Amino acid sequence: MLHDKDRVFTNLYGLHDWRLAGARARGDWDGTKEILAKGRDWIIDEMKTSGLRGRGGAGFPTGLKWSFMPKEVGARPHYLVVNADEGEPGTCKDRDIIRQDPHKLVEGCLIASFAMAAHTCYIYIRGEFIREAEHLQAAVDEAYAAGLIGKNACGSGWDFDLYVYRGAGAYVCGEETALIQSLEGKKGQPRLKPPFPAGVGLYGCPTTVNNVESIAVAPTILRRGAAWFAGLGRPKNSGTKVFCISGHVERPCNVEEEMGIPLRELIEKHAGGVRGGWDNLLGIIPGGSSVPVLTKSICDTVLMDFDSLRDVRSGLGTAAVIVMDKSTDIVRAITRLSKFYKHESCGQCTPCREGTGWMWRVMERMSVGRATVEEIDMLDDVTRQVEGHTICALGDAAAWPIQGLIRSFRPELERRIAEARANAVAA
Amino acid sequence: MPKLTIDGREVEVEAGTSILQAAEVLGIEIPRFCYHERLAIAGNCRMCMVEVANSPKPVASCAMPVADGMVVRTNTPVVAKARKGALEFLLINHPLDCPICDQGGECDLQDETMAYGYDRGRFAENKRAVQDKNFGPLVKTTMNRCIHCTRCIRFITEVAGVPELGATGRGENMEVTTYVEKALSSELSGNIIDLCPVGALTSKPYAYTARSWELKKTESIDVLDAVGAAIRIDSRGNQVMRILPRLNDDVNEEWLSDKSRFACDALVRQRLDRPYVRRDGKLREATWNEAFTAISERLKATSGARIAAIAGDLADAESMLALKELFTALGSVHLDGRQDGVKLAGPRGSYIFNSGIAGIDRADVLLLIGTDPRKEAPVLNARIRKRWLKGGFSVAAVGPKADLTYRHDNLGDDPAILAAIAKGEHPFADKLKAAKNPMLIIGQGALTRTDGAILLGLARKIAETGGMVRDDWNGFNVLHTAAARVGALDLGFLPGIGGRDVEGILAGAEKGDIDLVYLLGADEIDMARLGRAFVVYQGHHGDAGAHRADVILPGAAYTEKNATYVNTEGRVQRTRLAVFPPGDAKEDWTIVRALSEVVGHKLSFDTLEQLRLHLSAVSPSFATLDRLQTVDWGAFGAEGTPASDPLVSPIENYYMTDSISRASKTMAECTATFVGCAHQRSGTHG
Repeated sequence: MLHDKDRVFTNLYGLHDWRLAGARARGDWDGTKEILAKGRDWIIDEMKTSGLRGRGGAGFPTGLKWSFMPKEVGARPHYLVVNADEGEPGTCKDRDIIRQDPHKLVEGCLIASFAMAAHTCYIYIRGEFIREAEHLQAAVDEAYAAGLIGKNACGSGWDFDLYVYRGAGAYVCGEETALIQSLEGKKGQPRLKPPFPAGVGLYGCPTTVNNVESIAVAPTILRRGAAWFAGLGRPKNSGTKVFCISGHVERPCNVEEEMGIPLRELIEKHAGGVRGGWDNLLGIIPGGSSVPVLTKSICDTVLMDFDSLRDVRSGLGTAAVIVMDKSTDIVRAITRLSKFYKHESCGQCTPCREGTGWMWRVMERMSVGRATVEEIDMLDDVTRQVEGHTICALGDAAAWPIQGLIRSFRPELERRIAEARANAVAA
Repeated sequence: MPKLTIDGREVEVEAGTSILQAAEVLGIEIPRFCYHERLAIAGNCRMCMVEVANSPKPVASCAMPVADGMVVRTNTPVVAKARKGALEFLLINHPLDCPICDQGGECDLQDETMAYGYDRGRFAENKRAVQDKNFGPLVKTTMNRCIHCTRCIRFITEVAGVPELGATGRGENMEVTTYVEKALSSELSGNIIDLCPVGALTSKPYAYTARSWELKKTESIDVLDAVGAAIRIDSRGNQVMRILPRLNDDVNEEWLSDKSRFACDALVRQRLDRPYVRRDGKLREATWNEAFTAISERLKATSGARIAAIAGDLADAESMLALKELFTALGSVHLDGRQDGVKLAGPRGSYIFNSGIAGIDRADVLLLIGTDPRKEAPVLNARIRKRWLKGGFSVAAVGPKADLTYRHDNLGDDPAILAAIAKGEHPFADKLKAAKNPMLIIGQGALTRTDGAILLGLARKIAETGGMVRDDWNGFNVLHTAAARVGALDLGFLPGIGGRDVEGILAGAEKGDIDLVYLLGADEIDMARLGRAFVVYQGHHGDAGAHRADVILPGAAYTEKNATYVNTEGRVQRTRLAVFPPGDAKEDWTIVRALSEVVGHKLSFDTLEQLRLHLSAVSPSFATLDRLQTVDWGAFGAEGTPASDPLVSPIENYYMTDSISRASKTMAECTATFVGCAHQRSGTHG
């Protein structure tokens, strides 16, 4: 279990002042100038050594991502874009970070931008986050007023501008290239890759898009040293992580924990355990709505980090743990997720536009058993026809929950079909 | 240059080429819907997926640039499955109404489904229904059939340059639509019908009239503007059903303007299908013999000095030459093929588009003089826009203010500005000097003015002092609006020594000095000024000329004859007979040839081949077909100060410029929609 001294987000529950004075008291903005003075290469090397993997869901090593930016600024300026369009169902970590600890993010923006030679950073915040956007803007204003950002930020000689941009509520705008499109004022639709944003991003310039949490932990890593962060968790899955525990637990909560904590321990220590006891557990979606559901037998032992969850054919995603006890209608639950993806598909590419609607409609029938057993295999085949064939990962995200359902709960699907058939015959 | 392997075969292509294009080099076909080589890459249909070694997922080959050592496979089970999957997804919400779909038989979705699709459906849900949109009088929409490839959106945004088409909604609710039910105000809108890979966008006028496999396809060229776009005439029986563009990279790429595409409905309307002779003030049906006799009697009673001929905008070179020879034999020198009074006659370089349309791609500065190319030659305007999109291209205009679909600097419409540029006193002159391949386009709006010769002289001066005329580059360009004009100038359908031009002929007719006027399809002159002259009208449509005529000789429209036209670049091209002229109408040169025999000056040729040999003899430029030729340059234009009247475009209503488009119902609807009616519509109108 994570010691209090190793926590990064010390005001996650909003018990203290979120403003600049409070943040400074918690150690933010301490020695920022000195960190910048150590230079770009040092920062990127530290980030690489720390083993921080992107906290937005895909888990790409952050330091490596930063190093993809051109070393020298050419004719086109560099940009950092922070993805605060937190829309993954079950996920609410960025929201609390921004609400309670916005200065961690602002400081992170400065350091990350400096490391990538970007003078400008945009924070793209989800439109529904009203108070959060207010807090964030207030923090930005405070930082400007205190000379921490703006011209000669923190006295480092680096000019840095930070803008908060509010989105309009499309889930797909959390995809990095769709976010860039939206930021440019266009329809939020993912772009084709290649070219990757590090080469051609915002306004056609080299751009890095990072998750809020990835950026917000960066200053602490650099202050305390990469070795400290790398020492937490397991190799390649190091550091701390904010987990969002929701669903059928006694006390749903956000909690910062060490990577690799056993799932069961996470829930029982911090969320008061599964409602009605661990044996009442039906399944857990461990990383936000887009990853496959885990059955109880896996939940008993699985560790919460990228590689462990990948090994059980699920994923850490955004570490949004959605707990479902035995009162859950699992088919309806997954159907609801299918409806979400159908609603949020941007409509650009064929498999996702057509497939999400198809999958949802079949799921609707499945949830009441109005289907045939063969259609389970057909549905699985359709999900595989979507998965890996789309421009962005939304298609995959729509396919995985259904694949997980069929893999783990096929008997339940078949039972419903048989039951519906029996009822029809009886009537 | 990167070298890659596709299906075990090596190919070396330029860096930046996509896998799909590289496969095309090898002749390996990769199915696609959204990809189009002249539009931006969208990569959204996911039909062109291929397997690339070391890539965990199949990749969209249209969007993936090649890399050295890449190993691509297009014939694996994974690829077949991906194609099947994409097709299945496209079809689940596609209505499968092929039997009543106009695209049936020439539909990409049908073809690809035949080649790569499943043989049965697995989709048991309800299909999506989408409300049809109103895109105006030309493009019919059946939005249920839309597969969201966005080709139409990309064309309208990129090529046509009118950002009026887009997609609203998300996911399966995404709909292609114009902004609030607005008709597409582009002169190139018909091209989205060709681009649409399914039957979502079809031709409104052509709707339900024919099936593609019933049509006879004749390759020809368009004559409704001076661009001479390559077209394919689709006919059934003896009726032209539709006109489509053909590929010609040097002229129209693969686009066609709306007038050229849609005015073909007029080919069966208002037709002159038999000879007429005016008796007792009324035009009465007659036989060819009666018509010829009536003309012959008049000619015999009139001296050669008192007869004149005017060739119109759609006249072909063969008939003009025949008519010229006949009139020369009759002793007349009053010939003019410039019914709009354009002041052009000099060396060939002075009246053609010297750089060629493809030359626009190489220009870096462009000056437009008295022209609105969007209305006068939409396809050529799209070429300018294409060049502009590439960047490093500045456009200025001296002439009417207009939305040309690209940013340009309107320097004003006062001809004095040209004089200032020519003298180097205008800031634009410095821009020309700094340019590598500067270009000017002077339009008929400038050249048909009474001071047109002075403006032409100024343009020549600008061209010569601005470095536009060099051995390797000639940026002096005249943009014509009439398909017949360059041909008339080439073969010298012009006043002889002491001869009258159009203005002179009309003035003479008014005063009674000219007794007989032969109009070869000339409809755009002031008929009231013909006075008491005996008017012979040879043409195909009952337009202004036929109304005034004393004898009507029914000729053939451009789809009904094998004839030669010279486009604004000086490119000699031939139309081909797709259908026969209606009724008693004949190909035009044969009419003149027959008349010559009746009037006793039998012309020296009996076949089209002989006439064409003769044409090459008169003007060697006619000997080279389809290619541009080197031209001579020399002194032309006049010195002087131009009048201060503002420069205007000669075309007010793009949709009605000639006897064919004026007779077209479709063009009338376009006029009502886009050019606007005189009266305001009220809220309860209609």
